[in-house]
Amino acid sequence: MMPLWSTLVSGLPFEWAQYAFMQNALLAVLLVTPLLALLGCLVINHQMAFLSEAIGHSTLTGLALGVLLGLREPLAAVIGFAALLGILVVLLRRHSAVSSDTAIALMMACTVSLGVVLLSRGGGFARYSRYLIGDILTISPAEIASLAALLALVLAVWLRWFNPLFFVHLNRTLAASRGLGVKRMEASFTVIVAVVVAVAMPWVGLLVINAMLILPAAAARNLAGNTRQYTLLAVTLGMASGLLGLLTSYYGNTATGATIALWASGFFALSMLLRRR
Amino acid sequence: MNAAPESTGALPACGACCTRLEDFGVHLGGRTILENIRLHMHCGELTAVIGPNGAGKTTLLRAITGDLPHTGALRFLQHDNRESSKPLRIGYVPQKVEIDATSPTTVLDLFAAALARWPVWLGPRAAARGRTREALALVGAEPLMHRKLAEISIGQLQRVFLALALVPVPELLLLDEPVAGVDRAGTRLFYQTVSRMRTEFDLSILLVSHDLTAAAAVADRMILLNRTILCDGRPREVLLNPLIRDTFGFGFTPEELPPQRGPAIPFAHHGRRSAGAGEATP
Repeated sequence: MMPLWSTLVSGLPFEWAQYAFMQNALLAVLLVTPLLALLGCLVINHQMAFLSEAIGHSTLTGLALGVLLGLREPLAAVIGFAALLGILVVLLRRHSAVSSDTAIALMMACTVSLGVVLLSRGGGFARYSRYLIGDILTISPAEIASLAALLALVLAVWLRWFNPLFFVHLNRTLAASRGLGVKRMEASFTVIVAVVVAVAMPWVGLLVINAMLILPAAAARNLAGNTRQYTLLAVTLGMASGLLGLLTSYYGNTATGATIALWASGFFALSMLLRRR
Repeated sequence: MNAAPESTGALPACGACCTRLEDFGVHLGGRTILENIRLHMHCGELTAVIGPNGAGKTTLLRAITGDLPHTGALRFLQHDNRESSKPLRIGYVPQKVEIDATSPTTVLDLFAAALARWPVWLGPRAAARGRTREALALVGAEPLMHRKLAEISIGQLQRVFLALALVPVPELLLLDEPVAGVDRAGTRLFYQTVSRMRTEFDLSILLVSHDLTAAAAVADRMILLNRTILCDGRPREVLLNPLIRDTFGFGFTPEELPPQRGPAIPFAHHGRRSAGAGEATP
């Protein structure tokens, strides 16, 4: 697969297209942006934008725990911890009087500080700062394959279970009256978000991953006339931001994740203007 | 628990199938919200639930849908008095649903997500469109099919939810303050539609309402709920019961109330205070 891709890309009449790291990054960007945008549509429908932000930040603690446990690949710990946190917030929302944004803010504060404390022991935090801003330019073909597998998985879930996942956000009693397992749907969706955010975080960067989740969908919302347009526009805007962000970061020598997020912000601003008219 | 009586013949519906709540209760976080609820609803019958704020009216509906856990039994007996083996089909019209102003969800998206497996994000297919159009036609809302939920009026939205609750045709229809915030014309249209559906589809309907006289005008039967059923009878009888003044702080005179509709309803309950008795103390 990879040789074919790199032949294809190196055929482009650009200097950047000749570098293996850019070929890899391009493919990774074209996989990770639609993945996040697809999820983002439902994240906004479920009013979970803040929760996904918290999950993104919690990946730092997962990382710290992974390092502490001496795992060579801390990704498993990151995914596990993010999923756990997601479930915890769902439970807290359901069973306590704490308002959900307070609950999430509390969780986020605790997990981020715990993560930073653990990772900065002995003054070595600088080593981990690449997780904050992401480094898609170093992604390897094997890691690209894992992104592709995740995208395939999410597409499969979206083909089979999108409707119930979509329906529960409208009104939970209405969903229950139609025989949908509301709790199961809420929990499954949160776990999917946690896993995707955890896997994408090292490449996109912890600081901007929520932007890539939320912005394309938020922009699409301003323009779409129905759910199909909403989803397709979000994916298109996500991929366009990814492509433009990668190239401008190459020429401008800036952090790729944040540059992509800036393009997405630009598209969002544009969508606001178009909506007014 | 006795069997439901045979149809009186006077009801528009078969009147013989019956949804029963037996010793139904809801306990949440160590608190008892509802207890000892015994209620038989016959098909074609509209039962209005009234009660003060916090009486557990919405909780009752949520527990019936399965959204909240309950104790006791919820059973559906078919006309031959056999218990249905399939789960009870429930239609539910929620209280005013908050729709985010930027939501791109259309009426068609809503129906397609509920009725079909084909994912809405790929665009609803012809079959789902057809079923949506039929359902909307029931409530006269076909022109709303491609409109966004966020841009139609509350009255229109509630009629859309009513149409959704009717596909597939339910055995029990639950209406939770369905016209809260809806203007007068919209309210009348909503209740006209409900009345028509009741006779057309032979539905048992449970209506929660704050508007006591409006509820009395459409209901065959009324229950006063406050943690348990305090009073149960025909709307006029219930509203003239002294318990109403005890509960709400105001009462009604016979002249203020709409005339009694329909014939007397046969009840199969025993050991419960009936509305006419009037001797009740809370």
